[in-house]
Amino acid sequence: MSSDVIDLAGAADVRAANRRLQGRQGAVAGGRFEVLNPGGAHALAAGLMDDVEVVIRGPVGYYCAGMNKNATVRIEGAAGVGLAENIMSGEVRVTGNASQSAGASGHGGLVVIEGDAASRCGISMKGVDIVVGGSVGHNSAFMAQAGRLVICGDAEDGLGDSIYEAQIFLRGAAKGLGADCVEKEMRPEHEVQLAELLARAGIDLPASAFRRYGSARSLYNFKVDNIGAY
Amino acid sequence: MCGIVGLYLKNPERRSQLGALFSPMLEEMTGRGPDSAGFAVYRGAGEADAPPAGGKLTLYSPADWEDWDALAHAMAERLGAPVTASRNASHAVLSAAAPSQAMRDWVAANRPDLRIMSAGSTLEIYKEVGLPRAVLERFGAPQMAGSHMIGHTRMATESAVTTEGAHPFNTGDDLCLVHNGSLSNHHALKRRLAREGGLAFQTENDSEVAAGYLTWRLAQGAALEDALEAALKDLDGFYTFAVGTRNGFAVLRDPIACKPAVLAETDDWVAMASEYRSLARLPGVERAAVWEPKPATVYVWGTA
Repeated sequence: MSSDVIDLAGAADVRAANRRLQGRQGAVAGGRFEVLNPGGAHALAAGLMDDVEVVIRGPVGYYCAGMNKNATVRIEGAAGVGLAENIMSGEVRVTGNASQSAGASGHGGLVVIEGDAASRCGISMKGVDIVVGGSVGHNSAFMAQAGRLVICGDAEDGLGDSIYEAQIFLRGAAKGLGADCVEKEMRPEHEVQLAELLARAGIDLPASAFRRYGSARSLYNFKVDNIGAY
Repeated sequence: MCGIVGLYLKNPERRSQLGALFSPMLEEMTGRGPDSAGFAVYRGAGEADAPPAGGKLTLYSPADWEDWDALAHAMAERLGAPVTASRNASHAVLSAAAPSQAMRDWVAANRPDLRIMSAGSTLEIYKEVGLPRAVLERFGAPQMAGSHMIGHTRMATESAVTTEGAHPFNTGDDLCLVHNGSLSNHHALKRRLAREGGLAFQTENDSEVAAGYLTWRLAQGAALEDALEAALKDLDGFYTFAVGTRNGFAVLRDPIACKPAVLAETDDWVAMASEYRSLARLPGVERAAVWEPKPATVYVWGTA
């Protein structure tokens, strides 16, 4: 199946490219696009609402594929700050490393980072699944409310700080867990879910190699003993 | 905001292209800092591996009638060594077969109205108010050869938009620093550096204090890497720094790391920028390792 080519080294600028990918210049559902020479441009392929497939050949800047809904976006290179921030559904994949705040506040869908993610990966995530092939920086899954963060490498300090009901699966070691984040039992149903997620992400690792972390639920529940603090 | 960039050539064969590779990197950061721009270039007789030939100052005069040759002549008479001057727009580079300290002392005693932009043996610093492109063109940056360059586009937060307040800052021989962020303990640190290190500062800028801190540590005998490790303990605030020395290039971010940075490295060069788009045109970047430098981690290249 052939792709429509958008070359950012040529006449197309980012606004024009995004208008086209967003279907504002004619229906695009089911379409395939190839973006050449992204040159680290910001907000590329942001706000896609339709079921399109976009391959970006090269590194992108900030907020790539932000607010994604239904679309499948593949970035062949590295991604800047805020990759797939506020993703609603669909899939965003980067073959290189991602800068900080990847998948921030995402509501749904899947974000796959084949390399490393920097700090604050999955900050305030609200239902998105994030799979990181490498390691993550500090304060990843900070205040994470729902969804799953899978880390195939290690995590820096403050993993899962002030976490709500999101789940973290970590294969390597965490330099430190954040407040209220604790290791939890990996039950058979978790292994099944994780194996399914790893398969979707295309990562060939056994679910049994991971440990599960989540909220101790001691921070966000109101306690009458703390009434004096209000 | 503010944009910072740095390019350090690992392959000496690329040195003739340094300015041509660097200038588009700085210009790309215009959106992050349109107030003023500046850059440091390491070049000349004492470049990288060779020993320094003598002292070199970059001087700035707001007066375009400044007679730099007459100034060089007067300095040469006093120092008893030949001094040459080379005008470059509002700046001039003075080279002497004498230590840079003697040159600085002469300027301080005889022309305190002039601003010393840089001192050392290979470092030159150029900075001006205005758009980065205009600043680069004014000083002929694209034609410059050398081993490494560091630059800054400024959106001022801590002090006035003036030539003096632009980056990079040079506080000791061949050391320069550019900064994206803001320091919160620079007043106290400045007093400490003045008291314990005898350092004098030229501006009210917080970034100059960070440069002064590194100069102080290096003067105590620390290697650049150790000076930066110590900076992590003594500097409070937000920062991404790019630092140049005669033979080295370094990058440091504070432990929270809110200020952006991206690094790219090939066999030929290592480059850093606030955003990847500054690096997008470097030769071989499509095969480069590209990553975000870790917080509170010292990255050093060269023999600094």
